[in-house]
Amino acid sequence: MPVPDELEIILGQHIGAPCTPTVAKRGEVQEGEIIGEVTKGLGVPLHAPVAGKIKDLGMSAHPMRVSAPSITITVNHEAEPRHYQAQDWQTVDAKELLARVHAAGIIGIGGAGFPTHVKLSPPPDNPIDTLLLNGAECEPYITADHRQMLEHAADIIEGAKIILRILGIKNCHIGIESNKPDAILAMTEAARAGSTADYSLTVKALQVKYPQGSEKQLIQAITGRKVPAMALPSAVGVVVHNVSTASAIRDAVVFGKPLYEKVVTIAGQGIARPANLMVKVGTKIGDIVKYLGGLKPDLAKIVMGGPMMGFAVSSLDIPVTKTTSAVLFLTEAETDTEPHSQCIRCGWCLEACPMGLEPKEIAIYVEANRPEDTAQFGVFECFECGSCAYVCPAKRPLVQFVRLAKMKAKR
Amino acid sequence: MKSHESVEKIMWTVVACLIPPLLLSVFVFGIQVLFITAVSVISCVAVEAASQKLLGRKVTVKDGSAVITGMLLAFVIPPGVSPLLPLLGAVMAIYIGKHILGGIGYNIFNPALLGRSFLLASFPVAMTSAWLPPLKDMAIFSYLGDSVNAVTTATPLAIMKEQGMAAFTELFGSGTSLYASFFMGWRPGCIGETSGFLLVLGGLYLIYRGYITWHIPVSVLGTIALLSWVFGGETYFSGDPLLAILTGGALLGAFYMANDYVTCPTNKVSQIVYGVGIGVLTVMIRLKGGYPEGICYAILLMNPLSPVLDGWFKPRRFAPPLGGGQ
Repeated sequence: MPVPDELEIILGQHIGAPCTPTVAKRGEVQEGEIIGEVTKGLGVPLHAPVAGKIKDLGMSAHPMRVSAPSITITVNHEAEPRHYQAQDWQTVDAKELLARVHAAGIIGIGGAGFPTHVKLSPPPDNPIDTLLLNGAECEPYITADHRQMLEHAADIIEGAKIILRILGIKNCHIGIESNKPDAILAMTEAARAGSTADYSLTVKALQVKYPQGSEKQLIQAITGRKVPAMALPSAVGVVVHNVSTASAIRDAVVFGKPLYEKVVTIAGQGIARPANLMVKVGTKIGDIVKYLGGLKPDLAKIVMGGPMMGFAVSSLDIPVTKTTSAVLFLTEAETDTEPHSQCIRCGWCLEACPMGLEPKEIAIYVEANRPEDTAQFGVFECFECGSCAYVCPAKRPLVQFVRLAKMKAKR
Repeated sequence: MKSHESVEKIMWTVVACLIPPLLLSVFVFGIQVLFITAVSVISCVAVEAASQKLLGRKVTVKDGSAVITGMLLAFVIPPGVSPLLPLLGAVMAIYIGKHILGGIGYNIFNPALLGRSFLLASFPVAMTSAWLPPLKDMAIFSYLGDSVNAVTTATPLAIMKEQGMAAFTELFGSGTSLYASFFMGWRPGCIGETSGFLLVLGGLYLIYRGYITWHIPVSVLGTIALLSWVFGGETYFSGDPLLAILTGGALLGAFYMANDYVTCPTNKVSQIVYGVGIGVLTVMIRLKGGYPEGICYAILLMNPLSPVLDGWFKPRRFAPPLGGGQ
């Protein structure tokens, strides 16, 4: 989509400390120039998605934190889009490649927002032998990764080879749910073309099953290994990246292009023209709506992220971040707004939970004002996939109860 | 995003599954069973609404759970009792058994069975003698009026217990025709417990819909059959397991009462332990206890153990934490 007149770039895009602005109000910036740096702790730099003028260092609407510090850029539509020169990576050593990934501000764009360079430097006591690329894209509605795999299969494979070189390993498996046969075909061909003596890449068709794209479930489905509770995938010798992240890594390493735009799925019955759009980070939802022909009158709810795990938002001023996978415009028929009732202990949530937890007990404890005692039911192992809330016949908002419990529970 | 299942849908489906056995009961015991059931259902719904008003809670009678309780309460009382009994039973089941304890989801005991045991303790004569012999000629109006008291009989289990197997065979016959008539429902008993065929059919439908699972019915019935075979005869291993399941309220209890979401355990392993416990207690009461039938008290005795069992047998986690411990 065309670049809107104004972008609001939130400083805390990733997990970890937010960036500190390195630009001043009324200053000029070029496309791809660094506008924020991490001064302490975990994090990656932030780049200007366009050339323009810094309008303000203020606050923006935010889906979870209500408001968050941001940089507002008035876009200079006259400026030429920046061109990046391809450079060699095959002979560059792993440390330098890793530095390029960090400098380009790459984070996990599948949704978690974990800084990628950290995942690519696993602790030395956990030897890594396998890279998994996550193309499961298991949540309903979202098709951004699907389109990426169809249109940029070779880029994803090149990104995977860069990751393999950084990690110093040979094997990569790409997991794709079998309801995307066209993506499996495209990726299999690209993987075959990309495989060499040093890099072995294979595509694995996965059962269509929610939450197949969850890291631990994906690792089990492809390698048969189980990641222990409260541990990272490196504990079983695996590193997992999203296919779109691999593509971003390729752009960063080959072209030196920082991560400041991404594909976002715009879907739901409440928007005039659903689409997958390449969007600049900082584009406000309202600008997307305007570009796609406006909202339909029966719109009931706007969700950032997927319908299972996303957050409902209350404002069109919220800007897209590096981790926004989708913005859904749902009508009354697509949402569930019925009030919830008391738990009848049917136990369906226990059956649905992919982690083997007890959502009903967590919810009952929270309702009884005892959220601090919920660790025994596994509240910290919950990754909020929403399967329990989906099956609950009493329509109880179990994920919201879990989120409350996580804030107060004692480890 | 939510699935299309709801508490209302589950409850009304169960009600629908209970209607065929009730209709059959009209042809077995006469039209007054319909009247008793209606009194029971209406009282349960009215008491539920009144309790919720009284306790300042939201009135949720539309969810169908009080209708189920009403039907099940009628199903476990004899067909010849006064309609006053289900009315009193409804107050006990719904107000004391359910709403005093916190309403749907928080009751410890199965409300319908609590209502029945209250009636059994308060009206022991009526509750143990108002049995009617099955109608032979579809004369569904013949038990109306005063004639009811004149034609009472005894249940198969009571005859077996008090007069022995010989008297039982003399009265009900033996072999395939006995199993067939018991399976179809032509025997004395509580209003809704006799029709084995329709109860099993409804239960299988609920399993097919995914509303209940096989764990509790199979463990309850399997245990009753096994123990009755071992201990139920004159000598060891000479009991009749099939007869044990077709008599009393075994099928009604196993499919519709032991399975009650609120009062049964939620984890599959604890459900099996719970079902076996019900089976053991049922056979113990039948063979050694004071009553001919034991599944009602067996379920009530196991109900409070449900949370304990769930605490013992936790669902299997995806993977244990590194180094063990929480």
